[in-house]
Amino acid sequence: MDFLASVLDADPLIIARWQFGITTVYHFLMVPLTIGLGLLVAVFQTIWVRTGREHWLRMTKFWGKLFLINFIMGVATGIVQEFQFGMAWSEYSRFVGDVFGAPLAMEALLAFFVESTFLGLWIFGWDRLPQRIHLATIWCASLATILSAYFILVANSWMQHPVGTEIVDGRAVMTDVWAVFTNNTALVTFPHTIAGAFAVAGGFLLGISWYHLHKRRAAGIDTVDDAGRVVVGEDPSHGRGRDRTDYRVWITSLRVGAAVAVVAFLGTAFTGHEQAQLMFEQQPMKMAAAEAACHDGTGFSVLSVGDLSSDGATTCDDVVGVYELPGLLSYLANGDFTTEIKGVNTLLPEYQEKYGTHLPDDPMYGDRAGQEINYLPLMEVTYWGFRLMITFGGMAAFAAAVALWLTRKGTVPGGKWVSRLAVLGIAAPFAANSAGWIFTEMGRQPFVVAPNPDFDGVDQVFMFTAAAVSPGVGAGELLFSTIALTSVYAVLAVVEVVLLTRFVNGGVGSAMPELGPEPDPAAGRSDGHGPGGDRPHGDPGSPGAGNDDVLAFAY
Amino acid sequence: MEFLPTLWFILIAVLWAGYLFLEGFDLGVGMLLRGFARREDQRRVLINTIGPVWDGNEVWLLTAGGATFAAFPYWYASLFSALYVPLVLVLLALIFRAVALEYRGKAHTDLARSLWTWALCAGSYVAAFGIGAMLTLTTTGLPLNANGDRVGGAFAWFNGYAVLGGLGAVGFCLVHALAFLSLKTDGDIRRRTGRVLRRALPAFAVPLAAWAAVVVAGHGKPVGWALLATAVVVLAGAWAAARAGREGWTFIGLGAFLLSGIAAIFVSAYPVVLPSTLDPAFDLTVQNASSTPYTLGVMSVVAAFGIPLVLAYQAWTYWVFRRRLSERHIPAPHPVRTIVR
Repeated sequence: MDFLASVLDADPLIIARWQFGITTVYHFLMVPLTIGLGLLVAVFQTIWVRTGREHWLRMTKFWGKLFLINFIMGVATGIVQEFQFGMAWSEYSRFVGDVFGAPLAMEALLAFFVESTFLGLWIFGWDRLPQRIHLATIWCASLATILSAYFILVANSWMQHPVGTEIVDGRAVMTDVWAVFTNNTALVTFPHTIAGAFAVAGGFLLGISWYHLHKRRAAGIDTVDDAGRVVVGEDPSHGRGRDRTDYRVWITSLRVGAAVAVVAFLGTAFTGHEQAQLMFEQQPMKMAAAEAACHDGTGFSVLSVGDLSSDGATTCDDVVGVYELPGLLSYLANGDFTTEIKGVNTLLPEYQEKYGTHLPDDPMYGDRAGQEINYLPLMEVTYWGFRLMITFGGMAAFAAAVALWLTRKGTVPGGKWVSRLAVLGIAAPFAANSAGWIFTEMGRQPFVVAPNPDFDGVDQVFMFTAAAVSPGVGAGELLFSTIALTSVYAVLAVVEVVLLTRFVNGGVGSAMPELGPEPDPAAGRSDGHGPGGDRPHGDPGSPGAGNDDVLAFAY
Repeated sequence: MEFLPTLWFILIAVLWAGYLFLEGFDLGVGMLLRGFARREDQRRVLINTIGPVWDGNEVWLLTAGGATFAAFPYWYASLFSALYVPLVLVLLALIFRAVALEYRGKAHTDLARSLWTWALCAGSYVAAFGIGAMLTLTTTGLPLNANGDRVGGAFAWFNGYAVLGGLGAVGFCLVHALAFLSLKTDGDIRRRTGRVLRRALPAFAVPLAAWAAVVVAGHGKPVGWALLATAVVVLAGAWAAARAGREGWTFIGLGAFLLSGIAAIFVSAYPVVLPSTLDPAFDLTVQNASSTPYTLGVMSVVAAFGIPLVLAYQAWTYWVFRRRLSERHIPAPHPVRTIVR
């Protein structure tokens, strides 16, 4: 029981931060796949409607199915996000609500409603809606996911760089909504995040399609001729599930995925560069910590080592730059190779002078009032978070480029290991997204709302994380919720991956049962008008009418 | 009476009423999966009646929460942090429910399907109970200090009102779902919903009426009493309609009962949004809990554009999926066949 007692004595702030970190990083595993895959499915369906070629229909159905399995997890974990500001961070909510609440409410009203309603129409509307209206529903839903990203990134960017606001009676109030919604931080973060989402979707298409092409080769369905070109075959024992159209599904998906992954990575690189330049101005300490740059300099650290946390607090005393690229850091920050970038040791006194050395003696800080403020974020996290983001992102894009080259003759190489690598590669863009968010959020510490360096004097808008947590909520409550949510999330992660794997292994047939070996009598119909046909509403009374099988697509 | 905070108080009341009206029946359908639905095919009929619409209905909750954050940050902060433990349970319930709705039909084994059924059913009960308790407590009060923080520990919120409000929401969801199913299904389910409604419609609605009566009596406003009387009258009308076999009127009557009941509650509570049981000086009101007129003005413009749009396309969704379902519409399950090894 000593252990329990000591845990309950723990600072609620620490538990609340872990909870927010775990639930947010987890939520953001589903979000980029939803954003990226949703739009790609809309594009696939558009091409099918315009050309009538069946592999685009199959791609719509198959990737649409995986999209839905993933989407629901994003929905379920998203509610936690909106509620926990008030639950665990009530002082934060009181301080920022006038500004921060608006984009959140708008996200729900203008984006979530569209997303959820039109996705419901898309899932169940295959036979109920005219073809073009049905197509419009997936566009509405997927564009709404992108719109929702904009709203939430406006909110987050305001925490990184508060604009359009001033302090009135101790809280931040909005003075200029246009400034909040055109915050330069938001305008670069939004394309960066969207590009990151497409990197995830591209890698997802690439890995799964590679796996299927590999399995077709391993089963002897597809072969290669003497020149290495693919000879497409089919396996009638699986109905139409592994016919020649099935080959087209995977090779097209693979190429689209690889191209999307490469372009998306270039997008993240350019927007990331813009973002870094802004961050050097807006949060110089974050970028110094990203570099483990203790002293002023121009070099980008390729590897730095040091005992950063000997006494539990990050210090800058013994970080050794093992290898640096001279001038590169200046280029990243300023576009030239000579301007010295301020290091941690220069920045620390500046921050202390501007924002104080100790937390004020204010009841909002609770037991934390008077504590010394450590302006240096956890350097291990920022330094490695920044590098892992770039490394994973770059690896995934390089692999995608290689994949395009390797498949130039129409199929994948036969090797088992390269196929495993392609499947494993699905994880890289996810990891890059997580690392980037962990870097930027941890790098903002000790602030929850980072100060805007353009503001000066007494009306500075910022908030320490130490002041943000709910004063009325105890460590026991926070511990209970953190453990409960983490356990449920862990179980659901396993469930989702098992389900995705099962549907992937089922091939397109898992989303289109009519492709299977024993066609269901209720679903049996000629190829001419597949389940996406725009036939008029069936007779509601006729039992087992073909259009009722639409329910199979859903529940 | 300040115009913008009052307008937003009304809008938030409307969002909560909209949530209870719409998700009311889909939470209730989730509850009816056990105890009412008799076989697997009936469970699938039930789930498919709400399949296209439940997620859109749940966004009413997110919008109510988000609008409270934007328009009344102090209300949002105090209420949500004070009800920390019950809201964690509501969140877990909503997670299980949402995932179960999507994954149940993809389950491979009877055991997995049965577990998802339980998750959906229990999740619906817990979510409805928790939201009902929360809405009751925001009108009957919580032990808040001068800063708006709960004192007295993790369970200081618990009292008879919370239970009454929880039961009120659960009872209403059940009866509303029965009325919804009688409109959306055919065959055995439709017959049985009609039979239950004929016999016991008022019994399900009593806790909600009692919750409204407690709040109205606590404030004694004539307009509150008038709305409560309206609620009781339309409830009687709904029962009469049920006994006459008028399914559409039963559903409309129950909806009107909910709306007038919620109106009675919020009108009585106005202008207090969250009373403190420790000291009336600590009460949160539409004045002292609200955002600035500037923010409320911006949000009003967005709401004036957004809310009618939402109502229009959600109404269209219900029109698209207006057809009745029955067991014979449910196709055999399509198991996913592994084609690669």
